[in-house]
Amino acid sequence: MTTTATPPTREPGSAGPAGGGRAGIAARTLRTDRWWFQPLITVLGLTAWLVYAVVRAATQKYYWVGAYHYLTPFASPCLSKSCIPEAAHFGRPLPEFPPLIPFAIVTLSFLLAFRLTCYYYRKAYYRSFWQSPPACAVREPHRKYSGETRFPLIIQNFHRYFFYVAVLISLINTYDAVLAFHGKGGGFGFGLGNIILVGNVVCLWMYTLSCHSCRNITAGRLNHFSRHPVRYRMWMWVSKLNERHMMWAWITLGTLTLTDAYIGLVSSNTLTDLRFIH
Amino acid sequence: MGTQRHFRIWRGDDETGDLVDFDVEVNEGEVVLDIVHRVQATQAPDLAVRWNCKAGKCGSCSAEINGMPKLMCMTRMSTFGRDETVTVTPLRTFPVIRDLVTDVSFNYRKAREMPAFAPPEGVAPGEYRMQQVDVERSQEFRKCIECFLCQNTCHVVRDHEENKQAFSGPRLFIRAAELDMHPLDAKDDRKEVAQAEQGLGYCNITKCCTEVCPEGIHITDNAIIPMKERVVDRRYDPIFWLGRKIFRRPGMPEKPADGRRG
Amino acid sequence: MTDIERHSYDVVVVGAGGAGLRAAIEARLAGKRTAIICKSLFGKAHTVMAEGGAAAAMGNVNPNDNWQVHFRDTMRGGKFMNHWRMAELHAKEAPERIWELETYGALFDRTPDGKISQRNFGGHEYPRLAHVGDRTGLELIRTLQQKIVSLQQDDFAETGDYEAKIKVFAECTVTELLVTDGRIAGAFGYQRESGEFVLFEAPAVVLATGGIGKSFKVTSNSWEYTGDGHALALRAGAKLLNMEFVQFHPTGMVWPPSVKGILVTESVRGDGGVLRNSEGKRFMFDYVPDVFRKQYAETEDEGDRWYTDPDNNRRPPELLPRDEVARAINAEVKAGRGSPHGGVFLDIASRRSADYIHKRLPSMYHQFKELADVDITKEPMEVGPTCHYVMGGVEVDPDTAAAAVPGLFAAGEVSGGMHGSNRLGGNSLSDLLVFGKRAGEGAASYVDGLAERPAVAQADVDAASEEALAPFAREGGENPYEVHSELQQTLNDLVGIIRREEELTTAVKRIAELRARVDAVAAPPGRKYNPGWHLCLDLRNMLLVGECVARAALERQESRGGHTRDDYPGMNPEWRKVNLVCSSSPAGDVDVVRQPMPVMPMGLQHLFDRAELAKYVTEEELTAYDAAPSGDGAADEEEEN
Repeated sequence: MTTTATPPTREPGSAGPAGGGRAGIAARTLRTDRWWFQPLITVLGLTAWLVYAVVRAATQKYYWVGAYHYLTPFASPCLSKSCIPEAAHFGRPLPEFPPLIPFAIVTLSFLLAFRLTCYYYRKAYYRSFWQSPPACAVREPHRKYSGETRFPLIIQNFHRYFFYVAVLISLINTYDAVLAFHGKGGGFGFGLGNIILVGNVVCLWMYTLSCHSCRNITAGRLNHFSRHPVRYRMWMWVSKLNERHMMWAWITLGTLTLTDAYIGLVSSNTLTDLRFIH
Repeated sequence: MGTQRHFRIWRGDDETGDLVDFDVEVNEGEVVLDIVHRVQATQAPDLAVRWNCKAGKCGSCSAEINGMPKLMCMTRMSTFGRDETVTVTPLRTFPVIRDLVTDVSFNYRKAREMPAFAPPEGVAPGEYRMQQVDVERSQEFRKCIECFLCQNTCHVVRDHEENKQAFSGPRLFIRAAELDMHPLDAKDDRKEVAQAEQGLGYCNITKCCTEVCPEGIHITDNAIIPMKERVVDRRYDPIFWLGRKIFRRPGMPEKPADGRRG
Repeated sequence: MTDIERHSYDVVVVGAGGAGLRAAIEARLAGKRTAIICKSLFGKAHTVMAEGGAAAAMGNVNPNDNWQVHFRDTMRGGKFMNHWRMAELHAKEAPERIWELETYGALFDRTPDGKISQRNFGGHEYPRLAHVGDRTGLELIRTLQQKIVSLQQDDFAETGDYEAKIKVFAECTVTELLVTDGRIAGAFGYQRESGEFVLFEAPAVVLATGGIGKSFKVTSNSWEYTGDGHALALRAGAKLLNMEFVQFHPTGMVWPPSVKGILVTESVRGDGGVLRNSEGKRFMFDYVPDVFRKQYAETEDEGDRWYTDPDNNRRPPELLPRDEVARAINAEVKAGRGSPHGGVFLDIASRRSADYIHKRLPSMYHQFKELADVDITKEPMEVGPTCHYVMGGVEVDPDTAAAAVPGLFAAGEVSGGMHGSNRLGGNSLSDLLVFGKRAGEGAASYVDGLAERPAVAQADVDAASEEALAPFAREGGENPYEVHSELQQTLNDLVGIIRREEELTTAVKRIAELRARVDAVAAPPGRKYNPGWHLCLDLRNMLLVGECVARAALERQESRGGHTRDDYPGMNPEWRKVNLVCSSSPAGDVDVVRQPMPVMPMGLQHLFDRAELAKYVTEEELTAYDAAPSGDGAADEEEEN
């Protein structure tokens, strides 16, 4: 066919030799906007939250308001013999914990894993902490890159497992929030703490259900929505939430902190809970 | 009527090149491509630039403007300050041919390695029946104008030339998703192909492809993540794994034998 | 001189839009080794710009639709200047061509029962356009592109070489067809990227290069539309048909300059938009021609009522056929009542709610917002006519798409006859598919029938190479960009939407002067991706085609479809029987001769009412119509679809 050899490097669909050099532009990026701002605030935000959470979970104190049955999500469920018995809604099957070990270590580790493998948080920390890449069209500092193809990052694929567990934990948090409608000395009670707890639980559900894995499970994995109208509607609903997954990710960091801090302050008698009923 | 603006345009080839300064007239309502054309018509007749429709529909005039991957025909001059220097450079990820023109054959090669649509057996032309809700996801991906801005901006190949072998890039991931979600496509190993041959696992979902897509395709949320999840369905999910064991269903229950239903 | 890369193929397809890709698929399916020459990158051709849809009488939305109705609509739209056989084949085969696309992976919008949805469009009696939102052209080209890739994968599986049987030469421009002993022997061109020459030895060449819009200043066409195929055919000895018919779309953007010419869809008017002049007047009421008087509203009130109650009211005159509206806008601007940037106002903001506009015209909203910074829900658009499509083109045999030169074929916009004097919206995409396939088939069977392949003459190659390099040799020659802009201005001003004898004569004279200048344009040095050089070469084609348009326009003394003569208003039945055929001498002198229009068989004629036919044909023809037995006759003997 070809009497004069075509250069072997010529590629389909486009003329020209491949492997030729790229344009010689040395600058890391030519972006003129404040591309570094987003990763910076992400680092600050996530670090601040992490420090707070570690400190609070490790103190093993002020996690329970006995009068109103407020339990901070950071200590739920409280399964250790070290827990205040009333705060242990599911019994105390675990032995006493030494200092610094969070009472909710079991759930907290799953929740942490859920958030660590979350598609939004992955973007956030890859971009900010790992700088891979720090922003679009800004060169990353690493010489090699293999993404999520091998250990340890291939574990990101287990997000699904953590999602299932996170649903269970959200149920526990919901249960905690319901039990917290407890008046001083028994019976029904309702205070500002309840609003905060319920608000937090609602946001946690929003975050959990807006998860990309959840979206896949409802109907994303199907190719014929038309044959599964109910699942399709669920998918539509989850898809809508999913568009705001990043927002829920940050909001829940906020509500978790707020809930824990409020309960901590009430529990340590720094603050008095504003009571509406009992 | 017009104002004089300062442009820096990269000129050169695969051996040598540099940013060249131009002072050029800019009129109301113009886009970067107009200015590049004016430079061409009045100052540098051999300035190489690739373009076609000039209406954001063909995806030819991809370049980097002040460092951001963009279509030159859709970047209005009014988005820049009056005294702002506008820097136009070729796509960084691909080999440069001359000036603003790059060799984008990488993308065509990857497209050719991607298994094509497999028509369902026994369904004659004219007998295809598909519901609108079932084709809508794939239709989103077919909006792609192949400007290759996503391919260019993806750090997996932009910053790591050596990954070009193993990684197909966002444009081909949406093609994989398009076909995998196609209600009548008869091929059922697209997830495996995406994982094993296209390098889906390289993607760390940092979403720059979505950020630069001029068609507003939700590349990451609607194609890449769903594909990753579909891979998980097959390879990592505990419940589906159990379900398959118990109910002895060999594959995923989603590819109908008879494509005409629905 | 440098080495010339040589390739040998069975069929070379010049052009990689819808028609070219469909032709290539067919040639490859017929077992022919096929090359696709692509002026831009693969998949970027102008076909992507098509929005509305592809017309095919599938009857999915209205079961009354069939090929006869489609045929009738097409003939009416073209004011009976269409080649009847092309219109017939087109109407009959379009549905199969569309369905076939689904087997290639196309995803059209669906009806509730899962079939391909079809939409209404101007001039089509029933909802007929298969579509995907407003990006049908993109779907079409991507589908064909992916089909070609899949054929390459088949070849790879078989031979280990993707390009064993079909290869795409991207960013490659053919500058000359090589003819030996009156038959096609090959094609000569250059590769943009390297500037190197390439020679294709092939007994069959399919032209699918699209239109000529870039010869005009204001156009909706892209830079590639320089009439290459038209000019290549002429220089190879083929003929161009009815080049005077150029479609000007009435509403293109006029401001800002960067988007001048880009289409503003007809749906804006269909959904309630009205045209106003600088005095705020809805001027279209003053421009309803007598033949349409009965069908169009006389007051604004009546016109406004039509949108909600079309049965009891007549449609507003904004919805007159494209040529009428374009002429009216032109007249208003000439009378000094235009908008600041030389158009008129298209106002939907004051007539419909912002919500409605967002819902009905999302892409228009987007287009004006992004490109013009105009919020069409708040302010009027400025619009004016823009050169959109050329109905004229290479004269071909309807069944095989063969041109006059053996071995040469043409399909799509570059071919002539199918659309008569005016193309209906939606008919171009189906045209590409129907005649693209036929051209591929025609080329393949031509190759099969060859006892011996014509050999390329070295002298022709040398001449082509010399011609292509000439712009480098002219030191101190003219800037091609300036000459181009003058050519565009000349055609725009003098061979534009309204034409008259003095202007056309002047145009012919100007073009002759420009030819001397085109012969003297100089390219900046360097062959590698040098747009200045490319323009020098394209200019030759634009000039040649421009001259054909001007001369044919001067010749045809009537107004019909895309050809409006101020000095000869109205259609003339005698002129309907006349095709104007352009040819060129080797030296480039254009000649226009009259040729009789082929007579439509009676069976097809009887698809029309006598009263309707009477508007177009001569007394003599009517007598023949009356004499023939009525009934559907020959028309549906062959096939019911």
